[in-house]
Amino acid sequence: MFDLHGKTALVTGASGGIGAAIARALHGAGATVGLHGTRLPPLEALKAELGDRAHVLPADLSDPQALAALPKQAEEAMGRLDILVNNAGITRDNLFIRMSDDDWDDVLAVNLTAVARLTKGAIRGMMKARWGRVVNVGSVVGATGNAGQANYAAAKAGLVGLSKALAAELAGRGITVNVVAPGFIATAMTDKLNDDQKAAILTQIPAARMGDPSEIAAAVLYLASPEAAYVTGATLHVNGGMAML
Amino acid sequence: MSDVADRVRKIVVEHLGVEEEKVTESASFIDDLGADSLDTVELVMAFEEEFGIEIPDDAAETIQTFGDAVKFISEAQ
Repeated sequence: MFDLHGKTALVTGASGGIGAAIARALHGAGATVGLHGTRLPPLEALKAELGDRAHVLPADLSDPQALAALPKQAEEAMGRLDILVNNAGITRDNLFIRMSDDDWDDVLAVNLTAVARLTKGAIRGMMKARWGRVVNVGSVVGATGNAGQANYAAAKAGLVGLSKALAAELAGRGITVNVVAPGFIATAMTDKLNDDQKAAILTQIPAARMGDPSEIAAAVLYLASPEAAYVTGATLHVNGGMAML
Repeated sequence: MSDVADRVRKIVVEHLGVEEEKVTESASFIDDLGADSLDTVELVMAFEEEFGIEIPDDAAETIQTFGDAVKFISEAQ
């Protein structure tokens, strides 16, 4: 099941915990993967770990020119682009009343606008091929909101609307567009929390543990697979029951 | 001109799956040939590729019929 041999995938933010896990899962299913990120050493290390069928594609997603170039670079490196996983994201948390305009703009630029631009660049080839997969990594916060994350929650909720509109436009072309919405996953982003904060969050999770990046990757792998052809415009929540939506 | 028309007709026939006879000068892609709006975008992409030209978005919107496409491409080449 979930055989991606002969398919190519670009994973943004592959230098992070969830992105690397997604790249491993797609690669493990046979796909050729393009590893996007901003920090080269972790990308090179991941490429070395994966061996064949892996390409390092660094780009600054807040730079419009780099955004326009990335899908083309992926197509050049891998021959074409079948699967786009928009995973890269940043946080600039603060109470909204204290949130600077820059913190708002930066989070919307990377977490929402960059997804739109990259997807626009990627779907041309998918439309021609009459096959494509766009999987956007959202967040439980996009559905529930979270104090201190107005910018992040707005961007992640925006991702859901974007994905549904694109799903409607592209369904007739064999292209699906879906969202995977992680809950509380053990990554560098959550390592910043202290033990008390973690304990408080765990009381809200019926599964009583943090998720593992590989559990997000498994959801992405499913949505990227030929088996998920009839699933589009959906949000798959992977959150241990933290929010049952 | 006729060469352009033949190549454009071939793309339209292949993409929209219509009879060649239906692709007349005044045939509208959407009203007469059953295209949806995304089909018209794909046709323009196919024309760009076939003829090695760039068709800007505002020009693409004026290409409604087979005749429009042949005229635009002939002038652009």
